[in-house]
Amino acid sequence: MSVPDQTSPRATGTAAVKRGMAEQLKGGVIMDVVTAEQARIAEDAGAVAVMALERVPADIRAQGGIARMSDPDMISSIVSAVSIPVMAKARIGHFVEAQVLQSLGVDYVDESEVLTPADEAHHIDKHAFTVPFVCGATDLGEALRRIAEGAAMIRSKGEAGTGNVVEAVRHMRAIRAGIRKLTTLDETELYVAAKELRAPVELVALVAREGKLPVVLFTAGGIATPADAAMMMQLGAEGVFVGSGIFKSGDPAQRAAAIVQATTFADDPEVIAKVSRGLGEAMVGINVATLPESERFATRGW
Amino acid sequence: MSAGAPTVGVLALQGDVREHLAALRAEGAVAVPVRRPAELAAVDGLVLPGGESTTIAKLAVRFGLMDPLRAAVRAGLPVYGSCAGMVLLADRLVDAPAGQETVGGLDVTVRRNAFGRQVDSFESTLRLEGPDLGGEPVPAVFIRAPWVERAGAGVEVLGRVVGGEGDGKIVAVRQGDLLATSFHPELTGDRRVHALFVEIVRDARGHRSGAVAGEERRPS
Repeated sequence: MSVPDQTSPRATGTAAVKRGMAEQLKGGVIMDVVTAEQARIAEDAGAVAVMALERVPADIRAQGGIARMSDPDMISSIVSAVSIPVMAKARIGHFVEAQVLQSLGVDYVDESEVLTPADEAHHIDKHAFTVPFVCGATDLGEALRRIAEGAAMIRSKGEAGTGNVVEAVRHMRAIRAGIRKLTTLDETELYVAAKELRAPVELVALVAREGKLPVVLFTAGGIATPADAAMMMQLGAEGVFVGSGIFKSGDPAQRAAAIVQATTFADDPEVIAKVSRGLGEAMVGINVATLPESERFATRGW
Repeated sequence: MSAGAPTVGVLALQGDVREHLAALRAEGAVAVPVRRPAELAAVDGLVLPGGESTTIAKLAVRFGLMDPLRAAVRAGLPVYGSCAGMVLLADRLVDAPAGQETVGGLDVTVRRNAFGRQVDSFESTLRLEGPDLGGEPVPAVFIRAPWVERAGAGVEVLGRVVGGEGDGKIVAVRQGDLLATSFHPELTGDRRVHALFVEIVRDARGHRSGAVAGEERRPS
């Protein structure tokens, strides 16, 4: 009888390991938290992961100033408070913040437009890291550029901190429509499509063939209610990030649990109705159309 | 009733459900997502997918699926768990958050996130035991993966990791019609584990329908 063994050395930080991690989060809700206590509430409510940050987007909006990576002490306290994966945000292009987050043992880095960008031209070279990255995208071209840089997960950008789902809907529809359009092109048309999308032709051809992104696609930005989460899932999101929507609401624990359940049963209006009852105050929203261009997060990232 | 392909459910509360459905279909099963007790009652076998075991367990309790799942395992439903699914099948957990419930049925003690955090997640190849899994090593992706600390006497060890963190730890087991792996064969395209499970489901259904047919014959 042969002795069972492992026949090749272990490889960490491979595309399969990074993308595979996001596959495990599908159908789940990832919640913004700013303290260990909030992280525990999120875990108890059924979050698949938490996003550790210093201020939720609504407060970043309200307080202004430069938004940066969180204090390592705070991130470490959240890492040790929960057993679910912990994500944390680095500024766009700020590869040293990402290196610090990797050294702290976070499970995913969000190169996020919610923080103030550190580089006006370049995103982080995400291939250079063992830790996987999630990045925001407003359309298919932006999603594919991030994947080319090594992003192992994509989320819509939405307009974080507004409690207004309209931008998340726009981005999700744009990404999905872009994919559908690619599937109708013949091979000779893919080169021009790649030029227009400003993305590598190999990735464009892959999406045209498969009819989906090669990484998991979540939604983010402005999701505040169970119905918001369910709509985004029906529009094709594979999971949901909720930022200010939970801990800026009247009863965070109950709202968090309700959004988790609505995400799993996104196609069942009876469940969504049931979990939407008696949730108390939702976060006060902002009409995105009244936001000046300079205060829009979604336009950050290139 | 026993004619045709077996129906295999995938618990679809959260996790990499689609990949399991695709692998099961490729192995000739009718694969269906399961979120409700009535859907559970209609399957010949069930996969507990990769995902967040705490999330899946909480949703199962909240939607009244935990007790039906336990009853189904006790009644002999074939179940395969990958990663989080292995955690959910375990009778005992170490390093789990207080109060985490499992479906249980598999006489093992499982350590959650045993290999470490995501930066420690890895892929490798693994030689497995058994007529259906032997031969070429299988590609194995371990993501914040659990391992089996202790296995009961009735549990057959199908694979262990060698070297590195967790040297010698058990990562694939079978106990009757229950199968579990720490890794994710649904992510690699190597379908030998799914083929074995579909075979287990087929055999179990054959035995059950044989028994029912026998009982039906008796009165006449």
